[in-house]
Amino acid sequence: MSAMPTLTEHPAALALTRRHRLRWWEPLPWVLALAFYFLFPRHLGFGTELLIMVLFAISLDLALGYAGIITLGHAAFFGAGAYTVGMLAQYGIWTEPITGLIAGAAVAALIGFLSGLVLLRTTGLTLLMLTLCTMALLEEAANLGHDWTGGFDGLTGITIPPLFGLFEFNPLFPKTQYLYVLGVLFVCFVFARTLVYSPFGQSLTGIRENTLRMHAVGAPVRTRLVVCYTISAALAGIAGGIWAQANAYVNLSTLGLDRAATVLIILVLGGYGRLYGAFVGALAYMALAHFLSQVYPTAWQLGLGLLLVAIALFARGGIIGVGETLVQRLRPKMYQKQPPS
Amino acid sequence: MIFGIDFASMILGGMAWGVVLFIVSVGLSVTMGLMGFVNLAHGAFAMLGGYIIVLSMRHLGIGFIPALAVGFFGTAAISMLFERTLYSRLYKAGELDQVLFTIGLAFIFIASLTVFVGPENQPVTLPPELRGQFDLGFMQYRTYSIFIIAVGVAIVVGLWLGFERTRFGAQIRAAVDNRRMAESLGINIDRLFSITFGFGSGMAALGGGLGAEFLGLDPQYALKYLVFFLIVVAVGGAGSIVGVFSASLIIGVLDFVLKKYVPQGGTLFIYALTILLLLWRPQGLFGKST
Repeated sequence: MSAMPTLTEHPAALALTRRHRLRWWEPLPWVLALAFYFLFPRHLGFGTELLIMVLFAISLDLALGYAGIITLGHAAFFGAGAYTVGMLAQYGIWTEPITGLIAGAAVAALIGFLSGLVLLRTTGLTLLMLTLCTMALLEEAANLGHDWTGGFDGLTGITIPPLFGLFEFNPLFPKTQYLYVLGVLFVCFVFARTLVYSPFGQSLTGIRENTLRMHAVGAPVRTRLVVCYTISAALAGIAGGIWAQANAYVNLSTLGLDRAATVLIILVLGGYGRLYGAFVGALAYMALAHFLSQVYPTAWQLGLGLLLVAIALFARGGIIGVGETLVQRLRPKMYQKQPPS
Repeated sequence: MIFGIDFASMILGGMAWGVVLFIVSVGLSVTMGLMGFVNLAHGAFAMLGGYIIVLSMRHLGIGFIPALAVGFFGTAAISMLFERTLYSRLYKAGELDQVLFTIGLAFIFIASLTVFVGPENQPVTLPPELRGQFDLGFMQYRTYSIFIIAVGVAIVVGLWLGFERTRFGAQIRAAVDNRRMAESLGINIDRLFSITFGFGSGMAALGGGLGAEFLGLDPQYALKYLVFFLIVVAVGGAGSIVGVFSASLIIGVLDFVLKKYVPQGGTLFIYALTILLLLWRPQGLFGKST
């Protein structure tokens, strides 16, 4: 045989077959998250909020980063999950936390499916406006139906029974909340990771890159997009539901443009279409928000604005994208190396 | 008869709001139709213009009408500077990058105005001849609202003539229809877009100044009314002056009437209507289908 690699040994083929394998740094976020639990027991409230935003950003990453659905209204599903869990608990219908989350995910998925069926026919400005209007519609509806949703004040004093009947949710020492959120995040992350490396996830990337060609090769583009949007909505519903459980209240802020913009900024800051962008982005965003608003409240908004402009103009891949470029520049040889024969 | 007068005053109030919507949104619509650029900082330019108008009246002691001119040209010049240095880099970028960039720009405007001018509302002082009531023959109505409606009608006629009857307007229409073809016919698209962008932002500034009396003017203005501006553009159809004008009037009057009769759920109705309309005609009422 000559030195020519066979088809299965070709670098591109190897890269494809190894794409989904676990890399050495992938357990790192989880180790750090556990270390945070033991090192900063007094900042677990902050940690819980951070992990919830990571989960929310992952759900957006599926729709925006992988399928290329540009939405300004993702908080609609976060709020749907939060209100489902909140209303079920407030009126004593269902309070068990884990099944409550499933109910939240189901309601959010239903809304995602129904709105996706019609919204995803459109693209561009129309899609942007429709997602925005759908969210505004839900927010107005939640505001109007104050007999059920508490209106502007929201639902306060939701009581959630202990997890597995053992671990109390204590609002002052959110130890249970932190570990509970971390566990749910892990399950959802493994699901999302499996999904994006599956043939289904692959076809989503194809649709993002070239919709016309995917139509041409016979992929059911619309169906794929609706399914992806529904899954993404369900994950966002879980994030919203767990937010309601961890905070023991729900209000209109779960449905607003502020939250939708925040999650979009977090994802873009970290780098979209990368799964781990959600982790890096949420950490960077929350840390920046914390320090800059201590300096001067307006400094935070100014810093955020400058950051967004800089990302859009110079660093489209976010923090992870910049990191990848640096690594590539520092070790150019590694990428040219032939696989061992 | 009482009902008739009530009705007429409601329509007039709604029209004044609709005209302000039109003056602000027309630039957004044309830039969107021309370049497909999603400019979420358009509200920020309207706000900047409003501030220039109010502050130049207060500190330079000039009248309302000259201040409007200062606001128009000042905002147009600033926006053209932004267009040449920053916006132009993103014309070929995806929508997401444009959305992020312009949201970031809006945040920067909001933060800067909060720091340099202050977070409070800036009241506008109208000249005495625009205050008070105006006799319409069958009823009395606020002079200022009548003035705004008159200005709006003058602007729409002027814009329509400029769009349909001048060489420059023909170039814009050609570029909206088919940019590549227009470019290959020798139309300088970059220059065309710069001027249109500056003009559109100047119009937004006029709208910001004219509407400040009843919309208020504080640093949150840039995002508070953005959804309305976007709805008007989406409903009217990007790149169509007649579309923006009719959409503005419909939305303005609807919003005004609904706020009066259903103070709680009026906006819900507008959002629902927008969704239904966009599902029926994704390109808007007067937009060209792609």
